[in-house]
Amino acid sequence: MAYDQHDHDRFELSETQLRVRALETVLTEKGYVDPAALDLLIETYETKVGPRNGARVVAKAWTDPPYRARLFKEATSAIAELGYAGRQGEHIVALENTPKRHNMVVCTLCSCYPWPVLGLPPVWYKSAPYRSRAVADPRGVLKDFGITLPKDTEIRVWDSTSEIRYLVVPMRPPGTEGWNEDKLAELVTRDSMIGAGLPKSPKDVK
Amino acid sequence: MNGGQDIGGMDGFGPVQPEPNEPVFHSQWEKRAFALTLAAGVAGGWNIDMSRFARENRPPNEYLTMSYYQIWFAALEAMLKERALVSDDEIAVGQALKAPKPVSCILRADDVARVLYHGGPTERETKTKPAFKAGDRVRAKMMNPVTHTRLPRYVRGHLGTIDRVIGCHVFPDSNAAGAGENPQWLYTVRFDGGELWGADADPSVTVSVDAWEPYLLPA
Amino acid sequence: MAHAHSHDHDFHHEQGSELSEMQLRTRAIETILLEKGYIEQAAIDELIETYEKKIGPRNGAQVVAKAWVDPKFRKWLLEDGTAAIGSLGFGGRSGNHLVALENTPSLHNMVVCTLCSCYPWAVLGLPPLWYKSAPYRSRAVADPRGVLKDFGIELPKDTEIRVWDSTAELRYMVVPMRPAGTEGWSEEKLAELVTRDSMIGTGFPKSPKDLK
Repeated sequence: MAYDQHDHDRFELSETQLRVRALETVLTEKGYVDPAALDLLIETYETKVGPRNGARVVAKAWTDPPYRARLFKEATSAIAELGYAGRQGEHIVALENTPKRHNMVVCTLCSCYPWPVLGLPPVWYKSAPYRSRAVADPRGVLKDFGITLPKDTEIRVWDSTSEIRYLVVPMRPPGTEGWNEDKLAELVTRDSMIGAGLPKSPKDVK
Repeated sequence: MNGGQDIGGMDGFGPVQPEPNEPVFHSQWEKRAFALTLAAGVAGGWNIDMSRFARENRPPNEYLTMSYYQIWFAALEAMLKERALVSDDEIAVGQALKAPKPVSCILRADDVARVLYHGGPTERETKTKPAFKAGDRVRAKMMNPVTHTRLPRYVRGHLGTIDRVIGCHVFPDSNAAGAGENPQWLYTVRFDGGELWGADADPSVTVSVDAWEPYLLPA
Repeated sequence: MAHAHSHDHDFHHEQGSELSEMQLRTRAIETILLEKGYIEQAAIDELIETYEKKIGPRNGAQVVAKAWVDPKFRKWLLEDGTAAIGSLGFGGRSGNHLVALENTPSLHNMVVCTLCSCYPWAVLGLPPLWYKSAPYRSRAVADPRGVLKDFGIELPKDTEIRVWDSTAELRYMVVPMRPAGTEGWSEEKLAELVTRDSMIGTGFPKSPKDLK
């Protein structure tokens, strides 16, 4: 039986909802949390910080060779040049995909993910199928994403066991000569920056 | 700990199932659980390594069947109770029943952007030198702490190569146990797929972990 | 979508609601298999009767008691468990390859099946729930002294503890040490001292005073 988070979640819902609400009330009454801070935290990760940030980083790396060099030399500061920094991205390393090498990022032990450039991780990234299989069978995982790479492409899987956070820089799609950064950024998918996908091609963005 | 979280290489979970157009949060309570965890962490004074241990530290069958934010929330409750900041009966009635303990800091709305932007960097100054350099062959130790560690079981005892000397970083095994930051040299160590999974493994695959010096022996 | 387990708020399986689902499913499968002629009712009943009433730890207790009084049998048992045990009429399913493990003052043996529940049915019957469950299976190989503590037992620090993980078809039974103060006892009386747990390695035999 395929493991399905969401079905299970539905049944546990009402009890958890009540407890969360109860705990929030208790913590607020005791002055341990500020309700306005809670709302702002949610708003930040729901609307402000997300994969569009990483897409801009990648698009810039595609068009600006000195930036690309800085990104691969020291990603945290290169990414901070664009204003993205902070929690769960204090130490970022950019990984270059090439025709010979494909990088894939996972956190087998929990869900470590580069928040400032990709936002919060999707459920599949945090779930057992990906966490268990990415390190053992990355090609099988790519197949789940509809991707088959050539047999001789080296696949490097990076298990994020420390506070180092990894951002995959996918290869620039052909047929995008002369495109500006904004237009290129539209091709950069979140999954391509994890290594579980490839960027869109020009025809996908009609 | 060798718990339900250490699942690299475990079988039986089925295919990866991405959700198209997945929302950041799947329900109201998830949003609140997320925000409460971050905010209460400031008041509660625990570190991220303690949070991770609190999440892992449950029977594996529970860990593997709880949803992501259920685990976060259960860990939050546990850490708050451990520090006597809230109690079960307060949660049961949804009301503070005892006076709050004094805490040194709480996260205010005005602090949020700055606190998030600053994050929690873990690199630390050190006078020590790294024991290994890029290209060195190392063996991940055979170790089985019941407390928090970030050396997954699937690499323990295996031979790898130092990919990169990262720097000196807070050591989670100590930090989670309340034994201080004890910063250690941190390395990216790369393992051949064949070394990890055997002769039938895909020869094009290598896997790396970031390992602190106490996890490694010279090969 | 059918769920194989219920959803109790504490994330544990709630015995009541899980039971009725399992009862219904087992009854349904049994009916279908009977209707299709794949199984025979009398055989099902006989299997249940055999393992509920006929085969159990009293078998193993007999083996141990004999080893305590009969040095030649003891030697044979330790060299060829299957044959020696077979000579008493015990054997067959999960008793084809039996190995007897001798406890001594300096060596304590403990048997587990980390991967499932392999157990010497022929001499001990069906395994108890704790033997088949995660706490024992996970901890016996990593922390046998911790497990013994759960059984109220503490061995001297220098006692060697050998844990045997039954990963193949070999089935292990522990031959505990004969309790003191039992000189001249008959095999029958001695057998009463041999507990199931002492033959797994998570217990000791009873002592004479326990038998009042």
